Amino acid sequence: MDSLFNRYRNVTVLLLVIFAQLILLAYQVKSNQDVRLIRVWAVTAVTPLARVIEGVRSGTVRVVENYVFLHNLRDENRELQKELGRLKVQNQYLKSELETADRVKALSAFQARSPSRMAASRVIGTGTGANSRVVFIDRGSRGGVLPGMAVITPDGIVGKVTAAYPTASQVLLITDPNFAAGVISQKHRVHGTVHGLGYSTCEVKYIQNEEQVETGERFFTSGDDGVFPKGLPVGAVTVARPGDSFKQVFLAPSGLQSGLEEVLVVLEGVHQPIPEQPVSASEMHLQPPPPPGAQEDEAPAAPGAKPNVGTEADRLRERYKNIGQAQGHKFGEGAPGSKPPDFNLKPEDAAAKAVKPAAPPPAASEQSKPAPQPARQP
Amino acid sequence: MRDSTDLRLITSARETRVTRFRRWGLVAVPLGAILFQVYIPRFFQFFQFLEMPLLVTVYFALMRRDQIGGTFIGASIGLVQDSLSHQPLGMFGIVKTLVGYFAASVGMRFDVDHLAVRFLLGLFFYCFHQFLYWVLARALLGQQVPFDVQQMFFVGLLNAAVGISLFHFLDKLKERA
Repeated sequence: MDSLFNRYRNVTVLLLVIFAQLILLAYQVKSNQDVRLIRVWAVTAVTPLARVIEGVRSGTVRVVENYVFLHNLRDENRELQKELGRLKVQNQYLKSELETADRVKALSAFQARSPSRMAASRVIGTGTGANSRVVFIDRGSRGGVLPGMAVITPDGIVGKVTAAYPTASQVLLITDPNFAAGVISQKHRVHGTVHGLGYSTCEVKYIQNEEQVETGERFFTSGDDGVFPKGLPVGAVTVARPGDSFKQVFLAPSGLQSGLEEVLVVLEGVHQPIPEQPVSASEMHLQPPPPPGAQEDEAPAAPGAKPNVGTEADRLRERYKNIGQAQGHKFGEGAPGSKPPDFNLKPEDAAAKAVKPAAPPPAASEQSKPAPQPARQP
Repeated sequence: MRDSTDLRLITSARETRVTRFRRWGLVAVPLGAILFQVYIPRFFQFFQFLEMPLLVTVYFALMRRDQIGGTFIGASIGLVQDSLSHQPLGMFGIVKTLVGYFAASVGMRFDVDHLAVRFLLGLFFYCFHQFLYWVLARALLGQQVPFDVQQMFFVGLLNAAVGISLFHFLDKLKERA
């Protein structure tokens, strides 16, 4: 019996297992009930692992999504930085263009009102020498530029052309030690020769110590050198002092003070007179005059008072005149040592005295009260 | 004691080549297969065609070459699969019990380490599993379950192909003598 069981053990176990499951199945189908215990075991065994896997999955997805989001954000930030940089550069370029347009407009206006024939040009480079003050402009012999022509800006002279190439020209600046030009002072008409010193200041040489040059005085080209037409501004004197044999006069060249980007080459110069009045580089704003009815709004003058006079000196003169009339004094006629009029007398009282020398009636005493001061004209 | 010794002596040489697996592998791999079956198709419906618990049952039954062991492995995996399904308990249990038993029987007689044999066994047991389930569903539950032979064959091929890779991976879990 034992050996028989061993012989069919596998099949027996199989049949037992299948039979048990069939019983289980039949029970469920027959009773229409579930074997909850087995399902609870299975679900309890599986779901925690599923929950862990789901947590790992969702966490991984979240991390990946965040990474991708941050990665995209970083890319977007990089793109925005690039865009910002590009816009900054563009903004700088447009500002520069606008300034250039303004300068060109000023050059054009100066060119239009100047009798000399000039050609506008742009500075495209500088010289290579350590101490040389040389620049290159983008107009050469093809543009009508010849060596020796004057180069200026509306503010003053810049230099002169030393070499003209087909498409460019070399300009020796006024600050170069080799530069020289004849100049004349605006106020005292003192002639001299302006020389560069290698830096931002120039010196006017060959002015006698006896001649008068003031600080702040402006120098203009004299037209003696055959390069610069007469009447172009050169600069203002910064230092003027007596020297050993000649006066030491230093000036700040006005043509270089606003930078050097666009210049004018004088193709055919026309001499102009030296301006008498100080030249103002920039226009000055003047306040418009007050409207005609503005004086009516001011405080009313006292009865019998004189109309307002223009300046403080006029008012002072009028006051002394009233004082003199009130006391019967004529200015300029009294002998030396005679009693001067009482200048402490109030002008209102002096005017009343001049009109009514007798003592005023009591009722009129109130009219002799000082009238309000007239508004002072600016 | 003596009977047990005699029993070992009379077993064939092939029967003595019982493959031993690590214990945690015997629990973790079927559990992983069940988890795969209930979890992965939620996100990738393409994997619904995979019958991972069946492939694991076949593998362990083939390798252990123990009919009783195969029977219990199939019954256990099938009952757990039943527990997570809407069907009454025992449907997958009975089917996989038979699959485990017959797979162990085949493993005792064939060299199941060969790829072609594994592929054919995977295909055969998938078709057997599906057919038996269809029969049980009709006979015991009275359900009109559709049965498409062509589709079954095609999906069986895919399962067999996946089974080759899975069996190769599970071979790493064998205990070395």
